[in-house]
Amino acid sequence: MILVFVETAADSATEVSLETVTFARSLAERPESTLAGPVHALVVGALPEKVADELGAYGVAEVHHAVGDAFSAYAGAAWAAAVDAVRGDAVAVLAPGTPRGMEVLAHLGARLDVAMAANVVGIGATDPLVVIRQVQGGAVLEEMRLPEQPALLTVAGHAVEATPAAAPGAAVVREHSPEVAAADLLARVVSTEPAGPDESGALTSARVVVGAGRGAGGVDGFDGVIELAELLDGALGVSRVVTSLGWRPHHEQIGQTGSRIAPEVYIPCGISGAIQHWAGCSSSKTIVAINTDENAPMVTKATYAVIGDMAEVVPAINAEIRKRRS
Amino acid sequence: MTNVLVCIKRVPDAAGEVLLTADEQALDARFVGFTVSAHENCAVELAVRIGDATVLSLGPADTVEQLRGALGVGAKAAVLIEADPVGFGPADIAREIAAVVKAHEAEGKTYDLILLGNDAADTGDFQVGIRLAYELGRPVVNGVRTVEVPEDGAGGVATARGDGIDGVETYEVPLPAVVTVLEGGVEPRYPTITGRMKAKKTPIETVEPRNQPRGPERVRLTLPPAQPSTVDVLGEGPDAAAAVVDLLQRLGVAR
Repeated sequence: MILVFVETAADSATEVSLETVTFARSLAERPESTLAGPVHALVVGALPEKVADELGAYGVAEVHHAVGDAFSAYAGAAWAAAVDAVRGDAVAVLAPGTPRGMEVLAHLGARLDVAMAANVVGIGATDPLVVIRQVQGGAVLEEMRLPEQPALLTVAGHAVEATPAAAPGAAVVREHSPEVAAADLLARVVSTEPAGPDESGALTSARVVVGAGRGAGGVDGFDGVIELAELLDGALGVSRVVTSLGWRPHHEQIGQTGSRIAPEVYIPCGISGAIQHWAGCSSSKTIVAINTDENAPMVTKATYAVIGDMAEVVPAINAEIRKRRS
Repeated sequence: MTNVLVCIKRVPDAAGEVLLTADEQALDARFVGFTVSAHENCAVELAVRIGDATVLSLGPADTVEQLRGALGVGAKAAVLIEADPVGFGPADIAREIAAVVKAHEAEGKTYDLILLGNDAADTGDFQVGIRLAYELGRPVVNGVRTVEVPEDGAGGVATARGDGIDGVETYEVPLPAVVTVLEGGVEPRYPTITGRMKAKKTPIETVEPRNQPRGPERVRLTLPPAQPSTVDVLGEGPDAAAAVVDLLQRLGVAR
C-alpha cells in the first residue's frame, strides 16, 4: 500500500494533493514492483464531505481520517504522529511538495530514521527505488536512492497533471483516533489571523499574474502593472530584487524563496528571469514576457514576448483593454 | 542573555548558468563563487537581534568566509565542522550539529534557541532542522518569518510567526527549541567596518565530524535538457499592445 498525505482547502482536496495521488498511482501501478498495490490517503483534522468521493475518483481505495483534540490546531509533530499511526505496512508515504507536506514528511523521516526526498518530479527506477527530484531551485535534477521502506517523498507542485483514475477506488473512510504524545504538541499554532485581501494567497491561486522586476525602476514604477493586474482580475507578483530593495512587500515575491505560482497566464514585466525567479514561475501555462532585453532568460523561456520598456508597453496595453471595453 | 545557535550553509551563488562537477555529485562553483542561502541570512539577523549568537556551519575550510560574514553582523562566536558536505546527507548533518550542541552543553553553554534556514538553496532537502530537533529531543517550529524570545530566554516561551494556509499563524514554543526560518520577516543588516574588523579577530572553533556519514543517497546530478527558445515575439514597444490584448482575449483572460 502507498499512503498519501492529503491537504484540503474549503471543500476539496488541494490540486497539489490530487497531483500527488496521481503520482502515487503511477508508482503503485508498476507491475512486479515491491511498490505495487493500492493507494490510500490520509486526511488529518477536518474531512470535508466531498473529499472522500473526490479521492475515490483519483483511485484511492481507503481514506484514513485522523480525528481528535490533538488535531484542532496544527502541530507538525502531531500530524506526523497521525501518519505514523495509520501507515501500517505502507511501502511508501507521499505528501504534496507544499510547506506543510514537506514538514510533516520530514518529521516522519526523523521519527523513523529513514531518508526523505523533497520535490520529486519523476521515477528513475524501482527496486531499489530511485527518484528524480528538483534541487538548486529546479535548475538541477538529482537522482536519489530511497532504498528503505517506507520510502518517503514529496511531489513537487505541477510535476504531474492531476488525472482521475481509469478505475475509481472505493474510497472507504476509516476513522482513527491516534494517541499523540504531549511532546508532539509543544510546537503548535496558537492563533491564526486571516490573510488580508491583498496578500499572497491570491497570488498562488490567481488565473493571471502580472509580475514586475527591476525594470519597474523604483517604488513608483508599479502603477501600470497594478492596473493591468486589476484589469485582468489577476494578482501582482514581484521578483526578489524588488522586495530586497524594499519597493514592494515580501508576500508578493515569486521565486525559490517566495511563492510558487501556476497561473494560466503570467506576464513578467522587467524581470530578467534568474534561476531564483524561474523556480517560482516555471509552472505557468503561458508566459508573456515584457522586457527591453531580447536575450533575457525570461524572454527566451517565454511563450510570447514584447521587446520594450514596461513603463511604455504596460500603459499601452492597459489603454487598449480599456478602449475595447468602452 | 539568550544563547542562540544559528546554522548556515555555504552554497554556490548560482544565479546564472549552472555547471556540474565531472563526478556529477555537486555544482561546479569555480566560476560563480559562494554565498549563504537567503533564508539563513534572515536567521542570522534574527539570532543577533535575539541574543548572544553563535554561528555554525558544516563545510570545507573556506566556509570561514561565510562564518566571518555572520560574525561581521554581530554573531559572537563561530564553529566550523570541517568536512566536504557532498558526502553528508541531511540526517548526517543534523547528527553533527547535535554533537556540537551537546559538547557545548557539557562545557556549560546551553543554546536556548537554534535557528536554521527552512531549506538550503542548493540541496533543497527541507529537513535538517527537523532532524536536528529530534536528535536533541527539542520541539521544532518550521518555516516562520519572525521569532521573539522573552528577555532571558532560558525556560521561557518563544513566539514565532509565519504564513500558513489560512493566514498568519502564531506559534508558542517552550525553550529550548529549534526554529527554521523563511526569508522575508526581517531585513538582514550589512556588516559595519568595525564589525568586519572584529570578525577577522574572532577565533573560529574548528571541529571534525564525530560520526561516519551515511551519505546523501545521491546517485548523480543532471541538468534538465536545455529547451530551445520557442518564444513568439509579438512586437516591439507600445505598438505591440494590440497584439498583446488580442492574445489575452484569445487565452480567455481579458474581456
